Amino acid sequence: MRKNLNVIAAYSIMMGLIILVGIFQSWNIALSIFNLCLISAVMTMGANIQWGYAGLINFGIMGFTALGGLAAVLISVNPVQEAWSAGGTNILLSLFLIIGIVLAVRFVIKKYQKSKVRSYIIAAIIILGIIIIRFVSEPGIEAIEEVNPARTGFLGGLGLPIIFSWIVGAFFAGGLAFVIGKVALGLRADYLAIATLLISEIVIAIIKHEDWLTRGVKNVIGLKRPAPYEVNLQETEWFINLVEKFNSGKLSLISDLSERQAALNQFVIEGSSVFVKLCYSGLFLVVVIILLILTQKALYSPWGRMMRAIRDNEEAANAMGKNVVKQHLLIFVLGSSIVGIAGAMLVTQDGLFTPGSYRPLRYTFLIWVMVIVGGSGNNFGAILGGFVVWFLWIEAAPIGLYLVNLTTAGLEDTHFLKVHLIESVPYFRFLMMGIGLLLIMRYRPKGILPEKIEIK
Amino acid sequence: MDFLNALILLLNYIFVPALAYGSQLAIGAIFVTLIYGILRFANFATGDMMSFGTMVAILFTWYFQSMGLSLGFLPTALLAIPFAILFMGLYMLIIDKFVFKYYRLNKSPPVQLAMVSIGVMFVTQAVVRIIIGPSDRRFFDGEKFLIKANEFKEMTGLNEGLAIKSTQVITIVITIILVSTLFWFLNKTKTGKSMRAYSDNEDLALLSGIDPKKIVMITWMIAAILATIGGVLYGLDKSFKPFTYFNNMLPIFAAAIVGGIGNPFGAFLGGYVIAFSEILLTYAYKKFFMYVLPESMEPDGLIQLLSTDYKFAVSFSILVIVLLYRPSGIFKGKIL
Repeated sequence: MRKNLNVIAAYSIMMGLIILVGIFQSWNIALSIFNLCLISAVMTMGANIQWGYAGLINFGIMGFTALGGLAAVLISVNPVQEAWSAGGTNILLSLFLIIGIVLAVRFVIKKYQKSKVRSYIIAAIIILGIIIIRFVSEPGIEAIEEVNPARTGFLGGLGLPIIFSWIVGAFFAGGLAFVIGKVALGLRADYLAIATLLISEIVIAIIKHEDWLTRGVKNVIGLKRPAPYEVNLQETEWFINLVEKFNSGKLSLISDLSERQAALNQFVIEGSSVFVKLCYSGLFLVVVIILLILTQKALYSPWGRMMRAIRDNEEAANAMGKNVVKQHLLIFVLGSSIVGIAGAMLVTQDGLFTPGSYRPLRYTFLIWVMVIVGGSGNNFGAILGGFVVWFLWIEAAPIGLYLVNLTTAGLEDTHFLKVHLIESVPYFRFLMMGIGLLLIMRYRPKGILPEKIEIK
Repeated sequence: MDFLNALILLLNYIFVPALAYGSQLAIGAIFVTLIYGILRFANFATGDMMSFGTMVAILFTWYFQSMGLSLGFLPTALLAIPFAILFMGLYMLIIDKFVFKYYRLNKSPPVQLAMVSIGVMFVTQAVVRIIIGPSDRRFFDGEKFLIKANEFKEMTGLNEGLAIKSTQVITIVITIILVSTLFWFLNKTKTGKSMRAYSDNEDLALLSGIDPKKIVMITWMIAAILATIGGVLYGLDKSFKPFTYFNNMLPIFAAAIVGGIGNPFGAFLGGYVIAFSEILLTYAYKKFFMYVLPESMEPDGLIQLLSTDYKFAVSFSILVIVLLYRPSGIFKGKIL
C-alpha cells in the first residue's frame, strides 16, 4: 500500500481536477475530457510498450491512429452496392495483382543469390506491376468515385457493428507495423524516429487521396454508434423518469407546472448527452483496464524481463541467446496495434472520420509528450501522462485567458496588446506543453511516476 | 521548333521551380546536418526555428515599409534579413544556454536531445503564433517577374512561355553565395577546420586544444544564418504560414538523410535530389509528348506518374529506399 501511495495520490488529484471541471464548467465538458483522456491513455500505453519496455522510438503514431480510424469506417459503414458493381471487380483484380507482385518478389528473393541483377529484376517487377495496376484500377476508381459523389463515392464498408473495428483496427495497425518493422527497425534510434515519422505521413497521404476507399478529404460522417442516440433517449420513458429522480430536489423548488416541465426538458436534454458520454466512458474504461492488466502481466513476466534486458544492453542480451531482431519486431507490432485500437476508439467516439485532421503535432508529438511526462516504462505513469497532458491541452486556453487577464489587468480593454494576447490564447497550449516537457526532461527525466522494477 | 517548345515547357514547369524549391530545401538540410554533425542530435525544431527567423524578418519588413524604406525592384525583406539573423542567433543562444547545454555537458544520448528539441519545437511554435498569428502572410514587394510568359513568347515567337519569378532568381543567387561562402569557411578557415575536426572526433579535437564553447556558439550562429535565410527565401517565394514551415521540416529531413547526414555537401545536393524527384514524378507530361511525338502517337491520358497529391510522399519514399539500401546516404555521411 505504502509504496503505491504516489500512484494513488497522483490519480486522485487527476480525478479531482476532472470533477472540478464538472462542477465549475459542466459535466459534459468534464466527461468529454475524461473520454479523450482514456483514448490518449490507450495511445500512450502503446507508445510506452515500444519506448518504455524496448527503447524503440516510434514517431509514426499518427499513421497507426489513422489506420485504426480507417478500420472503423471499413467495418461499420454499409456497403455501397452500386459502387461495388461499378468498379468492384477492377479493385479486386488490383488487389490480387498486388498480392501477386509481393509473392513474385518473395520468390525472386528466396530463389536467387543477392546480386545486382536480382535487385534490377525486383525493381522491374515492381515498376511493371504498378503500371499494370494503374491500368486495371483507374477505370474502376473513376467509376466508383462517380457513384453519387456528394454522399458516397466510395466502396463503403461491411456494415458490421463498429465495436468490431477496435479489433480490426489493431490488426490493420499491426500489419503496417510489421512491414515498417521489417524495413526500418535495423536503423539507429533517431533515424528510426525520422523514418517512422515520414512513413506515417505517407500513410496519411494515401488515406487522404484515395477517395474510392476512404472518401478522402470529403470525410465520412454519421458512423454507427455503440451507444444510444441522444434523440432517442430524450423520448424514452425510463430515462425521463431517471432524470426526474436525479433532479427532484431542484424540480420541487419550481411551483409552476409548465415551468417545471420546461426545466425537466432542459435536464433531459443535458442528461441525455451526459448519459451517452457515460456509455462511451464505460466502454473505454473496459479497454483501458484490460490493456492495463495485460501490459502489467507482460511487464513482470519473463518476457518483460527479457525486453528490459534487451533495452538496457542489446549486445549482452544477444549474447545470452535472445533474438533481438525478432523481439523488437514483435514489440513494435504489439505497441502499434494498441495505438490502432485507440484510433478506432477515437473515430467511434467522434462518429466521423476526417483524414484531414491527422496531423503529427496532435497525434505523434503530443502522445510522446504524454509518455515522457507520465513516466516511460511504467504503465500507470503512461496512463497518468495521457490524463494530465490531455487535461492541460484542453484547459490551457481557459488557464491562459485567466493569466492574460491577470497580467494585463492594468491595461484598458481596448489596448492593442491585451486584444492581441486574448486573441492568441489558444496557442498557450503549445507553450504549456513545450515548457512542461522541457521542465520534466530536465528535473524529472523519468517522468511523474518513474519506472520501478522490483526484483523478487 | 517543336523541340524548342518542349524544352521551354520543361524549363518553365520543372527545371526552374525545382531549382528554386531545391535551393530552399538545401539550405534547410545544411542546417539540419550541421546541428546533427556538431551538436549530435536530430533537431525536430528545424521548421519552427526557420519560421521564427522569418517572423522576425517579416516584422522588420513591415517596420521598414512603414518608414518608407525599400530596395526598388528587390523585396524589402532582403534588407530585414541581417536584423532577423541577429534576433534568431540571440534566440538560439538563449535556447542553447537554458536547454541544450545541460544535456550536452551531461553527454546525454542523442535520443534524449531529440526529445528535448520537441519541447523547443512546441515552445517556438507557441511564440511564433502568439506574436504573429497562425494565418497566411505575404510580405513580398518589388518586381514580381523577371521574365513574363507573354513577353517571352513575343520575344522568341515560341508557343510556350517561360516565366521566371524574381524570387526564384533571388533564391538561387543567394543560395549560391551562401553555400559557397559556407564551404569556403568550413574548408579553408581555421575555425571551420576546427568545427569539422570537432564533428569528426570530439575527444581528439578537445585534446588538440579546440574550445568546444566557441565551436558550439559558432555553429548556432551559422545555424541562425541558414535558418533565417532559408525561411525568408521560402516565404518570399510562396508565403509565410507557421504550419507549412513545420511541415517543411519533413522534406528537409529527407534531403539531409538522402545526402548523408553530417555531410554538408551531401545535404546541399540532397535538397535538389528531393525537389527534382518530387516535381519530375508528379508532373503531367501530356503536353511535352504532344510536342515531341508525331501527331499520330499523341497520348490520351495526362502521362502523370503520380498525382500531385503525393508530392510529399515521393520524397519520403526516396528516403525510405535510401535508408534501406544506403543508410549512410548517397554521399556517405557518417553514422555517429
